[in-house]
Amino acid sequence: MPKRNDIHKVLLIGSGPIQIGQAAEFDFSGSQACKSLREEGIEVVLVNSNPATIMTDPDTADKVYIEPLVPEIVAKIIEKERPDGIIAGIGGQTGLNITSELAEMGILEKYNVEVLGTSVKSIREAEDRDLFKKAMQRVGEPVPKSKAVNTLDEALQVMVELGLPLVVRPAYTLGGSGGGIAKTREDLLRICEMGLKRSRIGQVLLEESLGGWIELEYEVMRDSNNTCITICNMENMDPMGIHTGESIVVTPIQTLSDKEIQMLRSAAINIIRALEIEGGCNIQFAVKNGEYRVIEVNPRVSRSSALASKATGYPIARVTAKIAIGMTLDEIRNDVTKETPASFEPTVDYVVTKIPRWPFDKFVKADNTLTTAMKSTGEVMAIGRSYEESLMKAVRSLDIDKDFGYSGKYTVWTDEEIKNLLLNPTDERLFAIYQALKRGVSPEDISAMTGIEPYFLYRIQNIVSMEAEIRKDLNPETLRKAKRTGFTDGQIAAFVGKSREEITDMRLALGIIPTYKMVDTCAAEFEAKTPYYYSSYDTECELVPSDRMKVLILGSGPIRIGQGIEFDYCTVHAVMALREQGIEAHIINNNPETVSTDYDTSDKLFFEPVTLEDVMNIIEKELPYGLMLQFGGQTAINLAMPLEKEIARRGLKTKILGTTPDSIDLAEDRERFNALMNQLNIPQPNAGIAYSPVEAKVVAARIGYPVLVRPSYVLGGRAMEIVYDESGLEVYMREAVRVSREHPVLIDDFLQNAVEIDVDAVCDGTDVLIGAIMEHIEEAGIHSGDSACMIPPQTLPGVVLEVVRDYVRKIALGLKVVGIVNLQMAYKDGTVYVLEANPRSSRTIPFVSKAVGLPLAKIAANVMIDKSLREQGYLQEPKTPYVSVKEVLLPFDKLPGADVLLGPEMRSTGEVMGIDYKLGLAFFKAELSADNPLPLEGLVFISVKDDDKATVAVAARKLVDAGLKIIATDNTAEYLKKSGISVERVNKIFNGSPHVLDYIKRGEVKLIINTPTTKQSVKDGFQIRRNAVDYHVPYITTIQAAQAAADAIVMAKKDQITIKALDEYHKEVYYN
Amino acid sequence: MARVYFPGIEMYLGVLASCVADTMIGVLGLEDGTRVEGTGFGAPGVVSGELVFTTIMSGYEEALTDPSYNGQMLMFTYPLQGNYGVSGDDFQSDRIWPKAMVCREYWELPTHHRSVKTLNQFLKEEGKPGLCGVDTRMLTLKVRTEGVMRATIAVGARDEISGLDVVEMARSQPDISAQDLLGDVTCKNHYHIDGRGKRIAMIDLGIKRHILKSLSARGFDIDVFPAHSSISEIEAAKPDALFLSNGPGDPERADKAISAVKHFAGEVPIFGICLGHQVISLALGAQTFKLKFGHHGGNQPVKDLEKKIVYITSQNHNFAVVPGSVEDTDLKITQINANDGTVEGIMSDRLNILAVQYHPEAHPGPLCTLDPFFGSVERVMEGKNPNPGRR
Repeated sequence: MPKRNDIHKVLLIGSGPIQIGQAAEFDFSGSQACKSLREEGIEVVLVNSNPATIMTDPDTADKVYIEPLVPEIVAKIIEKERPDGIIAGIGGQTGLNITSELAEMGILEKYNVEVLGTSVKSIREAEDRDLFKKAMQRVGEPVPKSKAVNTLDEALQVMVELGLPLVVRPAYTLGGSGGGIAKTREDLLRICEMGLKRSRIGQVLLEESLGGWIELEYEVMRDSNNTCITICNMENMDPMGIHTGESIVVTPIQTLSDKEIQMLRSAAINIIRALEIEGGCNIQFAVKNGEYRVIEVNPRVSRSSALASKATGYPIARVTAKIAIGMTLDEIRNDVTKETPASFEPTVDYVVTKIPRWPFDKFVKADNTLTTAMKSTGEVMAIGRSYEESLMKAVRSLDIDKDFGYSGKYTVWTDEEIKNLLLNPTDERLFAIYQALKRGVSPEDISAMTGIEPYFLYRIQNIVSMEAEIRKDLNPETLRKAKRTGFTDGQIAAFVGKSREEITDMRLALGIIPTYKMVDTCAAEFEAKTPYYYSSYDTECELVPSDRMKVLILGSGPIRIGQGIEFDYCTVHAVMALREQGIEAHIINNNPETVSTDYDTSDKLFFEPVTLEDVMNIIEKELPYGLMLQFGGQTAINLAMPLEKEIARRGLKTKILGTTPDSIDLAEDRERFNALMNQLNIPQPNAGIAYSPVEAKVVAARIGYPVLVRPSYVLGGRAMEIVYDESGLEVYMREAVRVSREHPVLIDDFLQNAVEIDVDAVCDGTDVLIGAIMEHIEEAGIHSGDSACMIPPQTLPGVVLEVVRDYVRKIALGLKVVGIVNLQMAYKDGTVYVLEANPRSSRTIPFVSKAVGLPLAKIAANVMIDKSLREQGYLQEPKTPYVSVKEVLLPFDKLPGADVLLGPEMRSTGEVMGIDYKLGLAFFKAELSADNPLPLEGLVFISVKDDDKATVAVAARKLVDAGLKIIATDNTAEYLKKSGISVERVNKIFNGSPHVLDYIKRGEVKLIINTPTTKQSVKDGFQIRRNAVDYHVPYITTIQAAQAAADAIVMAKKDQITIKALDEYHKEVYYN
Repeated sequence: MARVYFPGIEMYLGVLASCVADTMIGVLGLEDGTRVEGTGFGAPGVVSGELVFTTIMSGYEEALTDPSYNGQMLMFTYPLQGNYGVSGDDFQSDRIWPKAMVCREYWELPTHHRSVKTLNQFLKEEGKPGLCGVDTRMLTLKVRTEGVMRATIAVGARDEISGLDVVEMARSQPDISAQDLLGDVTCKNHYHIDGRGKRIAMIDLGIKRHILKSLSARGFDIDVFPAHSSISEIEAAKPDALFLSNGPGDPERADKAISAVKHFAGEVPIFGICLGHQVISLALGAQTFKLKFGHHGGNQPVKDLEKKIVYITSQNHNFAVVPGSVEDTDLKITQINANDGTVEGIMSDRLNILAVQYHPEAHPGPLCTLDPFFGSVERVMEGKNPNPGRR
């Protein structure tokens, strides 16, 4: 059926902020869908609260709304835009949920909006556990024995029927959050209680445990004509019991015969037909000895479909969007071959490995056990011609300073520790397996302990054997084999006690260089027009370098805390800038979820680890004019010096574009940077360096407590802490860092109650363009990545802003920045201090770009290829009559055990943006988007430290005046009462029931304001905050946010929020 | 120790090395002058044939036992072969047909619950050489651009093999159309498979077991005839229908079968799969031609022109029916390949003929067309509309 001619305008719902269980994959699929629909002449209206996305670029859709993804607001957008249809299956679970709710509210019917593609009925049938089970039984597909329950009593009954262990799966949640495996009655009650709370419909499923079965996935598509195809199948290396998002996944299936593979394929098609899904869907199976169970169906594009798209070259989201507007698979072209239709099944001639990237380096206290709930923030994908090669490339892509040959922590594990790591799956299990094999534990024994198929363990054993062989005798033949197995020059060098350079030179002298092969959807059967490349040590290289001018852009790898989708956004913008200038843009990256790794984003895509060796291999082959490192986050910046050295060593001509590695070093090296600031006469907080614990005490005493301490050698705020006294410093020096001559500790004066300021600017060496000055809502000391901030600044006086602007210009020019620079400053008692300068794109670039309507990353990329700011016509700082607020999304609900406090270490996974004409409304929207909705009525619980009491009283009064009720414990209640505010006093936890937790658990509290005290009642505070997260009560942990929230609530009760598309806002930007 | 404990590792490393002293080497020569060296596995030997590639990612057990590959050497584009061993359950005939197997890497440690032997053992027992450790994608690209090529593979000890001029040997073998491939693959004698339903006379042009299984499962009573059977021999079985199986090589060489179709057309329903489909087309006056490198894989899209649906099919053929040549016959094209428009299905309402170019019986490959095709066979046999979905 050709494209429907009654659909002219379509509403697409994005997925909101990056969070555990919902990462960049929906920006990738959403952007692809926008492009796909506009190609067919459809007008696209997009709504998403996440500014750090390509999909929310003004160029991606016809109308972009950066608004909270809640049905009430989407309804307003529908009322304004009057789309003909809505596509639910592109924006992840958020998109499905909102579409279902809009249907239930009658909004879709009222405005005559048709749900395109998969219907609401199909979504419900796939997602409601009971309906799903019935549907599967109707078409004869086996499901695990299970029962959906709505109460704890029902759960206990089911326990009697089915026995333990039981898997608990809440209905309608992201990434299985709130679920788990119950081995005891107590487990069951605890997990069910949480799951019932988390589920949007208050329902959980209890099912037989299939622990130890092989977990498999099929990506399937169906069109309105009932044509069904499977895009790819995937095998989880980790057995059932570990969420597929937490598993190491291999495509295609490795351990099953054609008979089983086709049995499951047929089942998958049977299922997609039964559910009448139109578009892409993901189906999960468990298999054991030829028997299978259908585990789950995701009736939408997903993380797995992004992986499947990148693993095969088949653009699932693009095709899903076209199916939604009535086209059939045979009418849609395969965009990679341009010759064949989309109605075929991709076939691969390589092996793909995905490994999740976990945040446990940031959450030392969080439980790192892998379960049926997701904890990872991102993932890497690697392609090789053998399993070993693909696995080793994936490990390398993780950018965790660890690999199989790693000689640090893992070699000192005791046998007992290894055994525990094998028995209890964590992020370290893969490395434990390697160590176990190295110590002679048999693959069979490891299989018994881990439930992993012996096949994979034999494969890892191959890598172990190869390591032994290299250590024994490194001759040309072993080197060749080692490279084919996937070892890097650096690893090999470490094994044989040589330098990395020596091994590289030996390899190059022997002509052992990688070949580049294509991902072409068809295993070379047809010619590919837009393929992408991966390296492998084979004989024929298919890469044909052009003689055009070209630039290689380094991507930022997997999404992790501190290095998120913002960098992918910048990478894509750099590509756009280059292509507009007629320069060939190449990307190297390994994150399958992103737009940067889409087949048609760049002129050439290298799906590779971002390491010195892998980048150098491409440089040797393509001889690009230059490299861009500013957009790939710290991963790329860290390679600046090594790349510059290696390029010079090999006598190559490729340039590092923009800010020089020396200038980068100048910004990153504390002592050099301090010297520059002194020279420029710019104040910095008092600081010192300590090389021993004793020295640390002396330095801290000189500066005066509280101080901010951090090791000099870790980046991104890891292990950074504020210590308030000497005993705190002792604990930190003992537990958090190992200080030494090579690894000193940096100690800074902590500017208490200072206002933190962030600035993003572009400099071309002569002029400086200030994108925006952002004022943080939280005080300095909260990591800038976790802080809410606003454009324009709301409390800073004009003279201070002038000082800020002056410093920005001086520093940018002083550092000789060519490209982007991000500055962090603090304002206290009349002085502006510079905290740090980052000569690279920051995580606020997309937010600033969306707020002021300037494509900063593009402007910077142009500067780097010698188009001055003057030439580009960007010299003046834009101003806005509206307020943009950035708020962050914290992952605490996904990480049991972690404290929810903010500090100098970054914790957030993603961000949202709220825009309106008043700060209160913009903040209200931002909080709503950050899944921390501020209540307009009900109970507010307040408990703050003494310093904050006066301020909180002002906020409390506003809340009471706005009709909310306050409850508080001892001191706070006392204080508020004295201030004449009506407050109900409740027990602290140790006073016994009914205490504050009872109110929280009963769902009576609608907002919690709890600022942490430095010492006392820490435990109470922790329990309150943890319960707030677990019971999904909005919470605020800083006094500044409390003030903003009170204002926001007052304003939201009084004023109408504004519904306006981004381009309408941008028209109001002015310069003066 | 490692050797005893992990026999596969030695093998694997051997594969990577391609010149470990105690393993066999393998060399491949193509008629275009290409010569590559890799590691040998399976049985030592020197063989010549046509090099074809299949893009199916699983199903080597079924593919290797498919008689349609007689005279050819089968190269798998998916790099890892042997992962799940060999079960014996999934054989499509009782032996291996391709003259040799080529892959990038072969695996010696299967742990699949049905596996009874390794792929290496299987090839060894069947006396078939295997070549691995070569850049199969490079070879695939050659076949794609230059078409199917004659090839020679030699596997054995280095000193015995390295001196052979495999390129010259490849060039000196006869073209596949000149070879009698049918004689090898067809059954020697007529045999009977009991069923309670209607009687089908099957002409065995190199039949895959799953065609017979699929018909038996529907209750048909089947007489299987050798390819060279005379019309009177077939008539003696009083068939309710004639069925022509898949098989290797050029359909023009199946002259007896062509005559049989001419004779039975209009008298009883006639069905065909793959080579059988080409034979029926020839018998009714259409023509066939040789594709550049054929269709071999499990992902070929076939579009049903009436239902508009696309099926993903398993295919294995080098010859195809010339689309324009069907026009003046009693046949009409019902299905085409969505990739290249080649003929995938024909039928004749008047003559009760139904045939497909792909393998609806699958094994290996997707099962999408199993029920649609054999269901239609059943309906035609019952005198019903073969395609109830159509108007």
